[in-house]
Amino acid sequence: MNYFWAFVVGGGLCVVGQLLIDLTAMTPARVLVGYVTAGVALSALGLYGPLVDFAGAGATVPLLGFGHLLAQGMAEAVAQDGLAGVLTGGFSAAAGGVAASLTAGFAAALLARSKDQN
Amino acid sequence: MKKISPAEYGRMARRASPASALGPNCLWAFFTGGSICLVGEVLSILWRSAGLEEETAALAVSASLIFLSALFTALGWYQKLARRAGAGTLVPITGFANAVVSPAIEFKCEGLVTGVAAKMFVIAGPVIVYGILASEVYGLLLWLSSLL
Amino acid sequence: MEYCKKGDTLFFPRPPVAAFYAAVGGKKEGEGPLHDCFDRLFEDNSLGEDTWEKSESALQRRCVETLLQKAKLTLDQLDFLLAGDLQNQCTASGYTLRGLDVPFVGLYGACSTMTEGLGLAAALVAGGMARRAAALASSHFCAAERQFRGPLEYGGKRTPTAQWTVTGAGSVLVTPEGNGPFIRAVTFGRVRDYQITDISNMGAAMAPAAAETILRYLADSGTKPEQFDAIYTGDLGQVGSRLLAQLLEREGVVLPNHRDCGLMIYSPDQDVQAGGSGCGCSASVLAGLVLPELRKGRQRRVLFLSTGALMSQTTFLQGESIPGVAHLVELSATPKEEWK
Repeated sequence: MNYFWAFVVGGGLCVVGQLLIDLTAMTPARVLVGYVTAGVALSALGLYGPLVDFAGAGATVPLLGFGHLLAQGMAEAVAQDGLAGVLTGGFSAAAGGVAASLTAGFAAALLARSKDQN
Repeated sequence: MKKISPAEYGRMARRASPASALGPNCLWAFFTGGSICLVGEVLSILWRSAGLEEETAALAVSASLIFLSALFTALGWYQKLARRAGAGTLVPITGFANAVVSPAIEFKCEGLVTGVAAKMFVIAGPVIVYGILASEVYGLLLWLSSLL
Repeated sequence: MEYCKKGDTLFFPRPPVAAFYAAVGGKKEGEGPLHDCFDRLFEDNSLGEDTWEKSESALQRRCVETLLQKAKLTLDQLDFLLAGDLQNQCTASGYTLRGLDVPFVGLYGACSTMTEGLGLAAALVAGGMARRAAALASSHFCAAERQFRGPLEYGGKRTPTAQWTVTGAGSVLVTPEGNGPFIRAVTFGRVRDYQITDISNMGAAMAPAAAETILRYLADSGTKPEQFDAIYTGDLGQVGSRLLAQLLEREGVVLPNHRDCGLMIYSPDQDVQAGGSGCGCSASVLAGLVLPELRKGRQRRVLFLSTGALMSQTTFLQGESIPGVAHLVELSATPKEEWK
């Protein structure tokens, strides 16, 4: 059942993104920004945690999950370090994903070259 | 030419423009996005059965998906899929990775510093900026409420 | 000297000749319905170069080489080369011309460049300022994509109104005498902007400019659309073509013989959304199809327009709407009247 709900919830979150692009003329870049911000907000309101428990990767893999991760990291950091945590919490939580993307990006740039899409 | 207001022309242009194929687009987004999340779920179970703890496993899943997305992007497959899948390949973390990897490859010809590094976050940068800002707002609220 | 301008249109008393022409294209263009019209096709769109910008210059160079071969001319026999492309600061042309030792007139008219260059070359020749003036325009999908949209590797869905930049180039050699086809008149267009801001809907942004230029030409020349075998537009695509028909209908003008190069160069199953676009679109169709048809006498008299969207990435991001322009040439198989 884990697999099933991961698929359905993850797919459903992507459909919402598709509807935003097709119906509101939002550009993909804005959809991504909207998703991550919404993820922080939903997590702050305590709504996203239960979805993650329910759907696993279906909720953590979409970019809303990245927002959730940021919010969780922030809550921990503020609980531990107070005001200083406000500055460190977000990036600490994002560090893994961002560093992985950065490293993969650099490696890909060294190995691959721009390809014709025709 | 006879006068026509921009508003009126805008209406004409909207009528003349074909609409997006909403049904097929959503189906593609659902099945592709769902499949990527399913892969994430499988990876999560694999990493945990390999002995990783919950939090480390979550990071390992993200890193694996990012690596796979970078590989597929470099091979030229991710963008082929994305042409049909739309938000199905955009919204998952693999889309974020594609947004980082693709300018890095594309702008290599403009230098390792001024091309690859400077342009790497040209698309994904806003996600980080607004994600961090949103989390800071949340953090401030948490801190203020802890003072009360 | 005789003054030949009426309204916005230059009428040439002794029409210059589009004596030779060459069209080159890339992979997708070779897979399209106009496959046989190109003088040279390249299966590899990089043309062996390591950046897409260099590839576009290589495309231009091959196009000029082919033109000179067909004309049996050497470079030093050219008086002028008028050239343009879509790259920032028109670099494809500038870099091509650093290898071609000939006086260079660089043009930017976005996708309207081919007709702009042809019109100016015709005016130079008709005015006795040149014996051989060549016009050249090109576009390259990959160079345009990375400049105007995003990295080629970036995944995304194209909207149904988006157009596909043609990888191709066209060139035309204009001389004072010859067997035709003849350039009888030129109308340089006025910029029109009806507040279209969607960068993925260029056809809609350019249609009013095309309508304006056609109406002005018809008024200046006292002709009717039915007198032409065809009225070609550069790259209005599906959406722009529909809008052009609607705008002209409001004026009581019907184009029974309208054909759009952007809709001719690809077939609908080539996944190009609303059609082709780019300077190379109208340039290669003009040099590969329209002029040969006139030469062979299959068509007698046509109007040819190229339409350009004059925005940049910067103005787009600043929220500016997209101004359009359309230039027109009247082409015919014979130098003198042959009214229908």
